[in-house]
Amino acid sequence: MTTALRLLVVTVLVVVTITLQVSIFSHFSLRGAVPDLALLVVIAAALVRGPDYAALVGFATGLVLDLAPPADHTAGRWALSFLLVGYLTGLARREGDITVVGTLVIVAAGAFIGTSVFALTGLVLGEGAVDVSTALDVIPLTVAYDVLVTPLVIPLVVMLFRRLEPAERW
Amino acid sequence: MRRVDPRRSRAVLGLLVLASVTIITLDARRGVAGSPVDPLRTATAAVVGPVETAADRIATPIGAIPRYFGDVSELRSENAKLQAENAALQSQLRASDAAANRARELDGIAMLADSSGFQTVTAQVVALGAAQSFSRTVTIDAGTRAGVVPDLTVINADGLVGRVLRAGPTTATVLLIVDGQSVIGGRLGNSMELGFLTGDGQVSDDGVLQFSLVDHTVSPRAGDVVVTWGSRNGAPYVAGVPVGSVVSVQSSPAELTETASVQPYVDFSSLDLVAVVTSSAEDSSTAMEAPKDSSR
Repeated sequence: MTTALRLLVVTVLVVVTITLQVSIFSHFSLRGAVPDLALLVVIAAALVRGPDYAALVGFATGLVLDLAPPADHTAGRWALSFLLVGYLTGLARREGDITVVGTLVIVAAGAFIGTSVFALTGLVLGEGAVDVSTALDVIPLTVAYDVLVTPLVIPLVVMLFRRLEPAERW
Repeated sequence: MRRVDPRRSRAVLGLLVLASVTIITLDARRGVAGSPVDPLRTATAAVVGPVETAADRIATPIGAIPRYFGDVSELRSENAKLQAENAALQSQLRASDAAANRARELDGIAMLADSSGFQTVTAQVVALGAAQSFSRTVTIDAGTRAGVVPDLTVINADGLVGRVLRAGPTTATVLLIVDGQSVIGGRLGNSMELGFLTGDGQVSDDGVLQFSLVDHTVSPRAGDVVVTWGSRNGAPYVAGVPVGSVVSVQSSPAELTETASVQPYVDFSSLDLVAVVTSSAEDSSTAMEAPKDSSR
């Protein structure tokens, strides 16, 4: 697979994931919170490819989430939080083995970091409805929902990223 | 085994963090003329918008299901019904129910538009902002090609929904009135007194608006109807659209004005069909100053 093709596949994956998140999973929101499918894609990238690649995927995914409708916050906030999630979860993974419990812990940590960094940048910028009590309400809910959908999403995306890995790296 | 060069790794991280902080800084300084990031937003909307619309078309029959599960008691009765009825028949029923509901909503919008002399573009809500983004925005499937431009009023059969923030070629982003950044000029229906309605910023469920009157000698009563006050050229809000009714009044000695909690008529958790008011007959008669709205 050429680099351009790999790039195209990842781009399509990101756009489809974000669409699922805002158009379809929004019908299944828990008190307004929807599972962060985009974040799970970033974590899957981290599990397979490590911090560098995941930080890049996280930045790109976050940026699309920042710019695509119906987003209305300052662009770059999801990009920053997702790239940190990608990098940190990439450091946390252990080479070779992806265990179920380990993955759930990494997803929980990643979801916590992601939503917290996003909320923090909102607080710093004094933006929108972000206040501490709302954040404390939303963050645990999001973490729980993300962990809940992990078994459905992570194996699929991990498989895809394994396929996309350049052959010479094996 | 792969090796990660820590120095290269840190360089990548540093560059990406720098890039996001730069984008945040550029976009945070958006003023009246918009932000330097806006062309990127429009471009992304042009690509992702149609995908969202398509996904919503596919998802509509699925999406109609959760609306039936409003609360636990409804869930129980719905469950009992589910067991009693054939599953296939049930899904068919739901699809036709959703269609009937939609037809009723469309009639309602047409009636509201007719009675008020508004010209509208109907659109469907295709994507909703999540609670974790801390704002209440939705995407609708009508954009600049259908005549939708920023600052137009969005209504549905029940009343005021919000205003258009920005429009792409085929989709537009709407700020709901319950968003924490939303400020609307409101008028008490029975006494014509003016005030401002602000969203409470609640990120889930329906939310309540806070209504503070300009004239502090007037006190609203529970049940009073609040309509939009309207602004010059009907932007961002046209006059006379029902917003909600007063549910409770709070007065504090510290504040000169009384504030009332207003329950919006629109059910924001099940938004589907909406109408964008592209022009109103009253444009010339509402020569009032625009209420100070947030600069977004």
